[in-house]
Amino acid sequence: MTDLTDTRAEVRSARTSARKAGRTGAALAPYLQAAPMALVFLIFFVLPLAATIAVSFWQYTQYSIEPAFTAQNYGDVFYGCLANLPSLCTTFLTYISTLKFCLIVWATTLTIGFTIAYFLAFHVRTLKVQVICFLLCTIPFWTSIVIRMISWIPLLGRNGLVNQTLMGMGVIDSPLEGLLYSDFAVILALTHLYTLFMVVPIFNSLMRIDRSLIEAARDAGASDLQTLRHVIVPLAKPGILIGSIFVVTVVMGDFLTIGIMGGQQIASVGKVIQTQMQFLQFPLAAANAVILLAAVLAAVWALLRLVDIRKEL
Amino acid sequence: MSEAQTVELAAVTKRYGDALAVDAISLKIRAGSYCCLLGPSGCGKSSTLRMIAGHEAVSDGDIMIGSRIVNDDPPALRGTAMMFQSYALFPHLSVAENVAFSLRMKGVAKDERLARAARMLELVSMSDFADRTPNLLSGGQQQRVALARALMTEPSVLLLDEPLSALDPFLRVRMRSELRRIQSELGITFIHVTHSQEEAMALADLVVVMNEGRIAQAAPPREIYNAPRTPFVARFIGGHNILEDGGRTITLRADELAILPEGRASEAQRRARISEIEYRGPDVRLGLETEAGESLTAVMGERDFFESPLREGADVAVGWRPEAAHELARDG
Repeated sequence: MTDLTDTRAEVRSARTSARKAGRTGAALAPYLQAAPMALVFLIFFVLPLAATIAVSFWQYTQYSIEPAFTAQNYGDVFYGCLANLPSLCTTFLTYISTLKFCLIVWATTLTIGFTIAYFLAFHVRTLKVQVICFLLCTIPFWTSIVIRMISWIPLLGRNGLVNQTLMGMGVIDSPLEGLLYSDFAVILALTHLYTLFMVVPIFNSLMRIDRSLIEAARDAGASDLQTLRHVIVPLAKPGILIGSIFVVTVVMGDFLTIGIMGGQQIASVGKVIQTQMQFLQFPLAAANAVILLAAVLAAVWALLRLVDIRKEL
Repeated sequence: MSEAQTVELAAVTKRYGDALAVDAISLKIRAGSYCCLLGPSGCGKSSTLRMIAGHEAVSDGDIMIGSRIVNDDPPALRGTAMMFQSYALFPHLSVAENVAFSLRMKGVAKDERLARAARMLELVSMSDFADRTPNLLSGGQQQRVALARALMTEPSVLLLDEPLSALDPFLRVRMRSELRRIQSELGITFIHVTHSQEEAMALADLVVVMNEGRIAQAAPPREIYNAPRTPFVARFIGGHNILEDGGRTITLRADELAILPEGRASEAQRRARISEIEYRGPDVRLGLETEAGESLTAVMGERDFFESPLREGADVAVGWRPEAAHELARDG
């Protein structure tokens, strides 16, 4: 017995010393592995963000920008907003318009994305077919955003495919005007772009649901709709949340899609910032960007309050 | 609780593509009895259970519960409830809400359904855990909750898919007697799938031994043990020696095989060498190799064995009472 205990102690001490020898190298390894990504983040994300926040407090004139500390830019953004209530100022109107697109696109991408993810997860039986369907969903991403935007014109334009077809069928007499360069066009394009961002995380959540849970629900007398509402949707929450964060953040900052599909006639916060940059009003643009960032962070925070993501993952 | 119902299978068949999982089995399970479907994995017992539950469509044949053919009924209309092997508790709901789930689906108000769930949790002694989520429970506790949830629909037939296989041996024995207690208290029909012959023997009124999609034998446990119909059944329930004797296949219970003292060596049917001695507490198991090359197993009472202990490698005479030999039919 003593022999055995001794041997064990020896083995243990040998192991400990081996661990000590390799410790310095081993302790450094994870930091080295994380370093490249951390550097990229630091240089291309943290620094520009800090610069933006700093510049938002600078002074500017028509031909110069001066380092200073002034809240004037923020005051300009909200100029007249409180004084003129209840009539809304441009900034509020712009934010409301952007939020409107955000909500509508969130609703459409969620509905379509959940439906596609549900189909892929529960109706497509083999992994091979699932992968093929996924690739089909990514086809729009094989070309650049500009080409995708321009491609809508021959489809939705005044003499586009849709109008010609409808007129050919005799459904309408004159071309529909609202197809292109309208709210509808913006929502259509954004939905088309971002539905995949909903599909992927929701699909991932759905695949992790134990199939016997669905049988158990059926066994307990739940209809298909009840199973969806009481079992599948609650368990898909993490995926819905991640997809929602993607879509909300991307749509809130969008200026390209809203610009092109809205015929440069629809205001969005991103568009405002872009215009101010064109006029070299960098501090004003920076102040707008910081406010937008705060709004997006507030939206993400609200979403995270709905689902405890750490618990769900 | 609703009234117990008979379950009757008439030439029930399940095909997956070309593969035949269940091959035209017919079976009648009396109302209020405890039936165990026993067999190795892939024998079709789980498919059979899932067809009775309505989670698997019947390829051919009829399933009758009570006096109704239920082939096309959804699970909830059959009066069955299923307890799943993995328990399948809803991870996002509390224990009480899990148990009350079927009532919630029926639209029963929250207070009433939670009150009824609380009563059901009492039956399985899980009242203290009502507010926890399932991931905070041990396997045995999860199983009690799953049982309570299944019973909540007031089924006339309860279907259990390998309910004890995920538990440790000690807990398994305890849950086994609890299942038996609950079954006799409720008086409803239980159909229990297992691959453990010990479990089936301990629980069942009717043991259905299945092999390759067919029923090898359906009988009460004593009959199965004392008069297995085929070599497969004898081998599967264990404790049996199968040998060829005078042109017929017979089986002998291991405790019927006797090591004869030198004085009675002339009565011996076989001569054998002891290849293995295993002490098991209440008895001792002897592994024997006969001269003809058969492997036999004898089980002796502990006292009997140590009155005249034997050694491994010893040559002994082996015999049995002629009445103890039971003739087997062919497999299939």
